[in-house]
This record gives sequence, structure tokens and C-alpha cells, in this order.
Amino acid sequence: MKVSYYPGCTLKTKAKNLEDAAVASMAALGVDFEELTRWNCCGAVHSLADDDLIHQVAPVRDLVRAMEQGSDKVVTLCSMCYNTLARANLLMRQDEVKRKTINDFMNEEKDYHGEVEVLHFLNFLRDQVGWDTVRNAVKVPLNGLKVAMYYGCTLMRPRNVAIEPIGDTRIMGEFLEAIGAAPVDFPEATTCCGSYQILANPEAAHDVSGRILESAIRAGAEAMVLSCPLCEFNLSKKQPEVLKKNKISREVPVYYFTQLLAMALGLGQEACRFDLNSECSVELLKNKNFPV
Amino acid sequence: MSHHHDSKEPKQKKKVQVATGDRAILPEGATTIPVYIMGKRYEVPETLTIMKAMEYAGFKFLRGAGCRGGICGACPTVYRKPGDYKLHFGLACQTVVEPDMYLAQIPFYPANRAAYKIEDLEPNPEIIFSLYPELFRCVACNNCTKACPMGVDVLGYISALKQGDIARAAEISFDCIQCGMCASRCMGELPQYHIAQLARRMYGRAIMPRARHLAKRVEEIESGKYDEMLKSLQTMSHGELEKRYKEREREPDMAPNGTWLPANDPYL
Amino acid sequence: MPIEISEKTIKRDFIDKVIKLSGQDINLCFQCGTCGGACPMSDKVDTVPRRIMRMAQLGMEEALEEVKSYWMCASCHSCTVNCPRGLDIAKVMEALRLLTLRKNVNMFEPSSLDAETMRDLPQIAMVSCFRKLTS
Repeated sequence: MKVSYYPGCTLKTKAKNLEDAAVASMAALGVDFEELTRWNCCGAVHSLADDDLIHQVAPVRDLVRAMEQGSDKVVTLCSMCYNTLARANLLMRQDEVKRKTINDFMNEEKDYHGEVEVLHFLNFLRDQVGWDTVRNAVKVPLNGLKVAMYYGCTLMRPRNVAIEPIGDTRIMGEFLEAIGAAPVDFPEATTCCGSYQILANPEAAHDVSGRILESAIRAGAEAMVLSCPLCEFNLSKKQPEVLKKNKISREVPVYYFTQLLAMALGLGQEACRFDLNSECSVELLKNKNFPV
Repeated sequence: MSHHHDSKEPKQKKKVQVATGDRAILPEGATTIPVYIMGKRYEVPETLTIMKAMEYAGFKFLRGAGCRGGICGACPTVYRKPGDYKLHFGLACQTVVEPDMYLAQIPFYPANRAAYKIEDLEPNPEIIFSLYPELFRCVACNNCTKACPMGVDVLGYISALKQGDIARAAEISFDCIQCGMCASRCMGELPQYHIAQLARRMYGRAIMPRARHLAKRVEEIESGKYDEMLKSLQTMSHGELEKRYKEREREPDMAPNGTWLPANDPYL
Repeated sequence: MPIEISEKTIKRDFIDKVIKLSGQDINLCFQCGTCGGACPMSDKVDTVPRRIMRMAQLGMEEALEEVKSYWMCASCHSCTVNCPRGLDIAKVMEALRLLTLRKNVNMFEPSSLDAETMRDLPQIAMVSCFRKLTS
């Protein structure tokens, strides 16, 4: 088994904390994880029109790269990349006619039929690494830190690419338990944060983000984890505006799930990259005497 | 470009007229082939480049021709061959005509070009993103790469830029001659070549490591180290200059790197 | 205000286009409104998805062109996974967007983003926004 890693554009700039923590954690867990040498933007959103195949080309091209690298699996960290790659992969596996059209159009590439499996990092951790391995490697257990599991949309919808059956919120919980945290399920765990509407309709996006933060606070969470740089932007970078607009008085520290993993594995700042998180996120960890 | 003569060609193989002046000079017995320029058929000598063939046919390039050496990017041509849907791209000054080529010149493309003062720009990807937000409309169709007459991996540098890697984009796009064929084929309406130029400018100005020996040499020049030597050369007679030139020390041909140094080295 | 719905007003070709683009048989919708209940934007939009589905069923092309809701859709697929009729409603919203976008119309101007906004934005925000809202 060979595993390719598809980073996605944002992880190379704004979400270095999502990537650095994951890559260092993989090395600490002794897992082989080969980054694609050449890749393009996946397109971030799946094309929903039946006749629109050109927007499937970008993710399929990346899957061809993974196949060329000799991998049978490609792992992603960013939820949007995961969703886009996984859905394009399903299309290439299931629709013979569209597959042929896409392969014919990309005549400069090898034909692709869905040879590679697309996995989100959480599934990879559970199924290929195993929670026991993670648990045994933990050096800094999170001491029951109450963490809200925010899934957002693209890990859970649509059904055919959901990282676990819709309605279950187990995988994130099992992950948090493995590193010693106390997972907090909350009603808005899979509610959309507003996504790209932060650009076109920022007020509306702030409202839905506010609903999510408030719900996590009410459920007793001290912090929140997520896996998508756009959710992170809406819920954390834009949190001051969100809190103000929705009259929420408490800040919510937000981390990428990989950062908590890296911290639990005892990895240093160059892996955890809490310097890229909000002030309150760093404060909370300091107050709890975690190595920040 | 303007079109001059009526080129109704005789049906039989005719003697090729040898052009003179700025026209093509043809080898003896050159045969002609048909090409289509903007849809109209012309017989042109088979040995010519597209540019010379068009001039032979009577077109005159006022724009859309520059260096004639494959580097200025003024003469991109789109062509297609009979029985094939595929579009091909080449520089008119570099590509030799083939029978039944359908030719169209695209000397200019109205691609978006941002106004900026490079001195004022921080060399970070966000500046590129804000000057060219359409970067994010790329769908990775790769038509740009297929259209590049210089064989540049256009999608490769666009992807590198979306990932925030200015240095990589600058390296990949190094051979770009700004002809604009990438933009002409882009469904996202990106001006790839202008974006790459900005990346190379940022890279050259602020990211690429400085050559330290160059700075040292500039310092020496400014301190006047060479003034006297230059003055003596300026006042030297023609004969003496020629003599010095002929007697100068020369590195032996094919000398392995770093094995030769001149005996006379006060200025090294 | 009464709305006239008759053979004269129903745009059959529009209905066909929506069905073809979305790949969804919009006639299956029985107006339960679960989609709107699941939609995170439903308290902010001018027309809830249930109503949009009905308008599409009735071929109300012009009226739908005035609706702003599907431009506020974030493609979160909450409607889709909750539809008891198995309709992929997110695809219907996309079809409605494309009917406008394919006329070379932008519903968001990339050039409106200034350097200040751009500084913190994740690339996926631009990519997804431009994909959904520009032609």
C-alpha cells in the first residue's frame, strides 16, 4: 500500500497549521505519507450540473497524479478538497459515459477509472493507523479538554462521500478521546458556516457562524476543532465580527484537529503552529498548562 | 497586416518567383504548397516559415511581427490541418508551413493587465491574488499549456501561484514570451502571461538570492578601482588597442571549469 | 397578489432545462418544506427552497429570475440529504444559477476584493465563490 498526500492550495499559505501539524504527526507515528510532487487546485466545490464536466477535470487530474505516483490511496486534510476529490472519484468510477468524455478531453493524461481511493485524514487515522496506535503514542494527553466537534458540511454531505454515516458523530469523538480530550457533540456540529458566502453575503455568513459558536458554548465546550480552512476563517478569523453581530460574549478557541494531535504527540511549536491561531486559542492552552 | 495582391493562382505547377528585398529568397526549384490565410487559399514555397509565406503571399506585417527570431512573442499563429479538429499553436517566424494549413494570426489579445509599481509591492502571493483575483477561476482544463508555442507548463505555474509559490511560478514560466495564446484559450478568462510576469518581477526583485560577487564588483567599480585602467584604454591609439586585443590572454577552448586563471590578474 | 398559472404562463422549455441541468425530476417534490427547515440560510432568503421548487415545477421562469435565494445558497447540501423524496435540491439551485451565469453574467465581481480583504482569505474561499457566482 502506498499513500499519496494531496495538500490543497490553502494549506500552503493560510492553513500551514493544518498541514504542518499533520505532516509532523504522521512522521511521529511512523506512517509513510508521500506528498504529490505536482498537483493543481481541486476546484474546491463539486460541480452540480449534469452537463458540466469541465469542472470535474481539475480533481480528476489530481487523482491521475496520485495514480502516476503508484498510490492506491490519496489522503487529504482540507474538507473541501476531500469532498471535491471524493465526488469526482465516484463519478469516474460510476459513470462510464462521463468518464470517457473526461478521459478523452484530457488526452495528455493517462486514462483514469477511479483506481485511487480518496480518504480524509480522520478515516486514514482510524482505519490505517488505528486509534490504539494513536493512544499509545500520546505523550501529552489533553486532560479532558472539552472540545466541540465541528464537522461542517463537506465531511458529511452528500451521503455518498460522508466520512461516516450522517447523524453519527463518532469518528471525531473517537479521535478526541484517543488524544485524551472530552468530545462535545452539539446541535450545530454539521451546520454550514456560510462557506464562500462570506464574500458575497458576509452578514448572512456571520449569522450562521454565530449560531454554530453559540451552540458549542451552550453544549459546554471550551474549544472547537475543525478540518476546513474556510470554516476556520469564518468561525475563527472572523470571530470578532461574528461575536459582535450576534451579541455573544464568550470567545471560542478554534483549532485544526491536527494541531491537537501534534500537541498530544508531544511535538513542538514548529509542528503545532499555534502561532497561526487566534489569541484566545493560545490563551486557553496556556491556562491549562499545555506546552504552547 | 494589409493584403495586397490578388492571388488567383494558375492551376498548373508554376515557376516559383524568387522574391527580393525584404521578401523571402528562395532556393532553386522550390516547390509550392497550398495554405489558407484567414480562409483564403494561397500557393507558397514549402520551405518558408509562416511569416515569410504570408509576406510571399502579399501580406505586409505592420504589427504582429517583431524580432523574427522566436523570442519577442509578437507573431503567435493558430492553425489547423485538414481532417483534424485539433488546434495547433506556433510562432509565425519559427514555424515552417505545411500543406493545407489554415492560419490565423493573433498579434494581440485583450487580456486583463494590472497596473502596479513593482517597487511598491510586497513580494507575497496575496498581492498577486488581489491584482489578479481571476487566478481563482482556473479550472485546470490545461488548454493554456496546450496552446503555448514555447512549451511552458502554464497550468503548472498557475497552480504554483494558487498555492502561493512565487519562486516556483517564476521558474516554470521563465521561457514565456508574453504572446498571450494561453489567455486566448482560457475558459476562466485568466491573463496567465501577465500574472506570470508579475511573479517573475517579484521573484527577481525580492525573492531570488542576490549574487554577492556582483555586489562586491559594483562596490569596486564605484570606489574607482578601474578608473585608471579605463582611462588608459580610452586614450590608447587604435593600433595599440588592436595589438593588446590580439595578445590578450585567453582561456583555452574546452578548459574544464575552474582550471584556468589569467597570469595578469590585478583586476580579478 | 394573485398569480396567474395557466398553460399560457407555464414555460415548458424552462422546466425541461432545469430538469436536464440538475438531473432531478423536480415534479417529485411534494412541497413538504423539509429543505427549508434544513437550510441554514432559510431565515435570510426571500424565497425558501420549497417555494423555489414549486415555482420551477410551474415553469415560472421570469419570477425565478427575480429570486435571490439561490445566490445565497452555500451548496451545503442540507436540503439534499434531508429530502424525503430523494431529490438533490442543491443541484436544482445550481441549475437555476447556471441559467443566469451561462449568459456571461457575474453575480460577484472578483475585482471587488481589495488587497486588505485578500490578505487573510483562504484560497478556497475565492475558488468556490467564483465557481458558484461568476460566469
